[in-house]
Amino acid sequence: MDRRENLKWLISGSLATGFLITTGCKETSPEVAVSLPAYGRTPEETLHDSKIMAEQFFTEKERKTIEILCDIIIPADEKSGSATDAGVPDFIEFMMKDYPQFQLPVRGGLMWLNNECSKRFGKEFIDCSESDRMLVIEDIAWPDNASPEMSQGVKFFNLMRNLTATGFFTSEMGIKDLGYVGNRPNEWDGVPEEVLKKHGLSYDARTLEVCLKMEERNKIAAWDEYGNLIRT
Amino acid sequence: MSFEIKNPKDKYDVVIVGSGAGGGMTALILAEAGLSVAVMEAGGDFDPAKEEYRTQMRWPWESPRRGAAIHRPFGDFDAAWGGWEIDGEPYTRKNGTSFDWFRSRMLGGRTNHWGRISLRFGPKDFKRKDQDGLGDNWPISYEDVKPYYDKVDKLIGVFGSKEGMENEPDGFFLPPPKPRLHELYVKKGAAKLNIPVIPSRLSILTRKINNDRGVCFFCAQCNRACQVYADFSSSTCLIKPAMKQGTVDVYTNAMVREVLTDNEGKAAGVAYIDKKDLSDKRIMARAVVLAASACESARILLNSRSKYHPDGLANSSGMVGRYLHDSTGTDRMGFMPALTDRDIYNEDGVGGLHVYTPWWLDNKKLDFPRGYHIEYWGGMGMPSYGFGFNMDTMRKYLTDNLGNPSPNGGYGKALKNDIRRIRGAMVGMSGRGESVPQYDNYCEIDPNTVDKYGIPVLRFHYKWTDYEVRQARHMHDTFEEILTGMGAVLLGTKPTAETQYGLLAPGRIIHEVGTTRMGDDPKKSVLNRYAQAHDCSNLFVTDGGPFVSQADKNPTWTILALAWRTSDYIVEQFKQKNI
Ligand SMILES: Cc1cc2nc3c(=O)[nH]c(=O)nc-3n(C[C@H](O)[C@H](O)[C@H](O)COP(=O)(O)OP(=O)(O)OC[C@H]3O[C@@H](n4cnc5c(N)ncnc54)[C@H](O)[C@@H]3O)c2cc1C
Ligand code: SF4
Repeated sequence: MDRRENLKWLISGSLATGFLITTGCKETSPEVAVSLPAYGRTPEETLHDSKIMAEQFFTEKERKTIEILCDIIIPADEKSGSATDAGVPDFIEFMMKDYPQFQLPVRGGLMWLNNECSKRFGKEFIDCSESDRMLVIEDIAWPDNASPEMSQGVKFFNLMRNLTATGFFTSEMGIKDLGYVGNRPNEWDGVPEEVLKKHGLSYDARTLEVCLKMEERNKIAAWDEYGNLIRT
Repeated sequence: MSFEIKNPKDKYDVVIVGSGAGGGMTALILAEAGLSVAVMEAGGDFDPAKEEYRTQMRWPWESPRRGAAIHRPFGDFDAAWGGWEIDGEPYTRKNGTSFDWFRSRMLGGRTNHWGRISLRFGPKDFKRKDQDGLGDNWPISYEDVKPYYDKVDKLIGVFGSKEGMENEPDGFFLPPPKPRLHELYVKKGAAKLNIPVIPSRLSILTRKINNDRGVCFFCAQCNRACQVYADFSSSTCLIKPAMKQGTVDVYTNAMVREVLTDNEGKAAGVAYIDKKDLSDKRIMARAVVLAASACESARILLNSRSKYHPDGLANSSGMVGRYLHDSTGTDRMGFMPALTDRDIYNEDGVGGLHVYTPWWLDNKKLDFPRGYHIEYWGGMGMPSYGFGFNMDTMRKYLTDNLGNPSPNGGYGKALKNDIRRIRGAMVGMSGRGESVPQYDNYCEIDPNTVDKYGIPVLRFHYKWTDYEVRQARHMHDTFEEILTGMGAVLLGTKPTAETQYGLLAPGRIIHEVGTTRMGDDPKKSVLNRYAQAHDCSNLFVTDGGPFVSQADKNPTWTILALAWRTSDYIVEQFKQKNI
């Protein structure tokens, strides 16, 4: 399939995930497998996403460093896996291209980290021993106690913490970890009784009287002439 | 993305520009009266029930940006096709003033993703000048609009509670949902200050109102548009039934550029760009209704110059574009120690707040003339992009069993656990207030710029006055009192005079109205009390343009009621052969 044909396909909306699109000229460039999610996108959005997903931002070395940092920030524990288990580096790779304002602080931050490591240990971050790496991380991970000369590193690590944490907790694994039980048909009938009790709160009589009762939901509403809802 | 129109007519009874709140309502009422109607919509077809458009009931990881608001201003799953900026459709600002213009280009316009807060204006809201001497009264009163509010309530559905408050008129309400946990804390905190917190009023079907629309199943995602049509969108609740009448043709991707006039200066139809092939086309009609949103309708009028109307159609008063005004707005957040380590349950509820605070004070005793309402947010909603951010400043608010705070920042298992613990502990509030309309706040045609369709664009000139700035200061005092009263730690700092007390730029609250205001004096207003142009008897406006003053309430319920009222009037004019 040539690229134009492909995009037409994509735009028609009938796309599955794991689509093939060609990048650039048919003869010279290889086909790249791009997984394009379908979730109510406009043609312009589909085009944008397919374009940036076919690009690669991080070099192999940068990617490696990102993976190590991600798992330092969110490691596996009793409840769930680590950031890399949840695919966070892929998310960060995507964000670099989708929001180019991240590119300089992240790429520059990775360089800062390597410069700091080579000053201290004569090696780049990924070539350092785990304990050497953690010496540098300790110096940039605690914003309130970090020394002023570490401020750029702190800033970079704050950004990495944000991206990693949000990438993890919005992944399937992270949502499960949080025990989020919404995003499905539900009957909201107020805060559970035992929770109310714990907080020393309750619904007053008037709230209970005016608020929706689950059993009336499917009955077609009717009012008297004064606007009083007829409730049976 | 566009409907097939089987038998386009040479001439319609009425052509309506725009399919949002105003256009949808007008189309339905005119179609029910048997008139033939063409609806011109600049955007494409949209129906949340169709899988290709569905963003409701999606998980954050289905979006590669996890729902981040990078391309869609209210997040990647929001139903808006458009935003503050639209590619190839610019607008400009004059003399360093600010105005931000939110547009959605789609069937149903901004009603596909609006907040569904559906408040009637009260008796005082139509007669503000009588109370404070500022601005102008509406030429009509609450009693004129009340029957239409009643009808809108029943046709579309709105939940709420009867409160008997003078300027917050009750309606025909469906039962409201019970408050969420943080909303109970809000109530408790506000009660100490004698600030009322009552059930919100949203156009969401907590009960069925007919067999065409489903009932709410509490997914909290109304801004993504509802597959079962349990919330109000013009596309699903007005345009769809209007089309069932059999006399309505909807032209999508039809960007209207001007109203055509005949050689007596009467409206004869519209000229539009067919976006599919960029050709210039015309639709002729006996009457024209503009409902393209307040600013866009003003733009069309100002771009409709002719021998009879050299300054733009319906603009002999020079008032088209003038008195543009938006609601005021500013926000504050707090952290609730009592809401850390929460028990987990499904707290989604409806797509919006379950409680709110209507204006409760007397402006005569205050240093600003108009009121505001407060909207509240918080809870354990679906995590999305941004969840887990800011642990470099927020983590210290978490304490262990002995009351020792966690250190800010960090990494590892302890950080991971603290992020779990903090979930659902944030609360926030937003003040939304009434501004005083000003002649000097306006939109006009920019002499130097056209959009990609070659249509001259709008240039805005807008400044807040001290009235709005002092109101914003009061909002922040109130926010701090309520947050403190409910046991929250205040986050951030209170904005000061330098930033106009955090007052957001005009346009940001997306309640812009007033650009074709109604009045009895043709020298001071564009439309008469039926939203009929003083200068052109077969031209009407049914969006937010006719508003004389935007109350401390959200505007859409009033747009809908007035559109119905004007539609009844148009039908009457056809019956009496005045059109
Ligand atoms: C995020 C958000 C939240 C909101 N929340 C609330 C709320 O809770 N309560 C409330 O009352 N209001 C709310 N509003 C405001 C509400 O959406 C508007 O008041 C309402 O939609 C205005 O209706 P309208 O018919 O005037 O315009 P729109 O709904 O904007 O519809 C105008 C239509 O005209 C079309 N159009 C524009 N120009 C042209 C042209 N040249 N030719 C052809 N067609 C054209 C547009 O594509 C659009 O479909 C909110 C808005 C937003 C964006
Ligand atoms: S909260 Fe209710 S009305 Fe809103 S989208 Fe979900 S189901 Fe529909």
